[in-house]
Amino acid sequence: MSAPVLEVRGVTKAFGSREVLRGVDLTVSEHEAVALIGASGSGKSTLLRCIDLLEEIDDGDIHLDGEVITDPSVQPVEVRRRLGLVFQAYNLFPHLTALQNVVLGERRVHGISRGEAEERGRMLLARFGLEGREHDRPDNLSGGQQQRVAIARAFSGRPRALLLDEVTSALDPELVGEVLAAVRDLKVEGMTMVIATHEMSFAREVADEVAFLHDGRILEQGPPERVLGSPESPEAKRFLSRLLDAGRI
Amino acid sequence: MTETAVISDRRLAREAAKRRQARRGQAVAAVSTIIVLGGLAAVVLTSPGWPAVRETFFSWSVFKESFPEVLSGFWLDVKIFMIVEVVVLAVALAIALVRTSRGPALFPLRMLGTVYVDLFRGVPTILLVYLVGFGVPALQLTGLPTDPVVLGGIALALSYSAYVAEVYKAGIRSVHRGQRDAALAVGLTEGQAMRHVILPQAVRRVAPPLLNDFVALQKDVALISILGPQEAFRIAQIVQGENFNYTPLIAAALLYLAVTVPLARVVDRMGGGGGEVR
Repeated sequence: MSAPVLEVRGVTKAFGSREVLRGVDLTVSEHEAVALIGASGSGKSTLLRCIDLLEEIDDGDIHLDGEVITDPSVQPVEVRRRLGLVFQAYNLFPHLTALQNVVLGERRVHGISRGEAEERGRMLLARFGLEGREHDRPDNLSGGQQQRVAIARAFSGRPRALLLDEVTSALDPELVGEVLAAVRDLKVEGMTMVIATHEMSFAREVADEVAFLHDGRILEQGPPERVLGSPESPEAKRFLSRLLDAGRI
Repeated sequence: MTETAVISDRRLAREAAKRRQARRGQAVAAVSTIIVLGGLAAVVLTSPGWPAVRETFFSWSVFKESFPEVLSGFWLDVKIFMIVEVVVLAVALAIALVRTSRGPALFPLRMLGTVYVDLFRGVPTILLVYLVGFGVPALQLTGLPTDPVVLGGIALALSYSAYVAEVYKAGIRSVHRGQRDAALAVGLTEGQAMRHVILPQAVRRVAPPLLNDFVALQKDVALISILGPQEAFRIAQIVQGENFNYTPLIAAALLYLAVTVPLARVVDRMGGGGGEVR
């Protein structure tokens, strides 16, 4: 077993008096994909934002490749460059083309020449099925295409781990498949990933581990078959049966 | 070919009805325009004082005589406008960036920015022109400008940069928070996020109100006349005094319109497309 890429230890986070994370522990090994499941408001997005240092945690610590990245002396910019985050609402830059979206980080952060960055960006877009759309603005792309551009953008810095925040929740049902295919593709390549998702069948298929988040705590964690098939905690049972009733599994 | 060429009777009837409606709309617009404009003209032209007003405000001979002089003064207005506008755009952007900054180290600057905006936006522009134009030279400090054109320009820049800073600030605030998150997530610094992601979107969005302030500034350049420089309004006043005829003021007004009306059309066009809010 290789050393963990990400380690979250006893992390708490409150917004005012609202405690969103109440002591989360999570370990993600190299090449591993962990699916974060749980109801809306259970803290999935907040946990991912805390790992990418977009939110400051209150207590606990987070390690990336053994380094405590939540230490106040660590430069957040340096950490974020080693991670990739994909947002639920894509958050593409609307004033830039698909290609410019993908290469902006590369060019400004790693100081790569324009030609080289664009060459690489083109290849990345092609890899996610976006050949010929390089010069389209986000407005002219479908939701599924936008999210694939966003995945290419997050991936362009060759991150140590990719954080995916409900990347299909804003999509029309018929567009979900193409985005999941992109994530599957990254999994095959061995990308280390934390995937917050409502797509249980996808979690079952792609994730090595499933973690069930409830009310700011991880109540259950283990292989998908066990957590999704025979959950132990009443909260997880209730959550899954509700999804079952809604026809979402 | 014959199949696609068939147009149904219902469609033909609907199109004919639409054409009738359009024709009726145009007729109504034409008639109401004639009534309104004709009415206004009738009221003015039949007023007891009209012959006198026509002579003192719309004298063709005075207009022909004074126009070249007023026009030569107007170039000074245009020059002042262009220089002050560039200064305003730069200073206002700096103030907006300071006011929207977050770091604790910038707290004193933030406070200063707030005071600046409160002060120079709160004082009437004409008062600023007086205060700067007459107050600064009265200090008798060496190194400070004494040219009334420069002092007047400074007063206008102070006033308008306070307004424009607020326009920029509104634009920066209107860019969704997710844009900053995304910029940071791809590894940009706060400064790079502002420069490459937030500002380009903000400026695009506030271009119409910015142009609106351009138009206002272009007119307010006339306020500098109270300090003495021979710009269009000042010259028009002088010529008016010599002839006891107000026509030179009309000439000046036409010159201002010649610049502000095209600018206004640009504003209209920009308001139409782009600048979408998400």
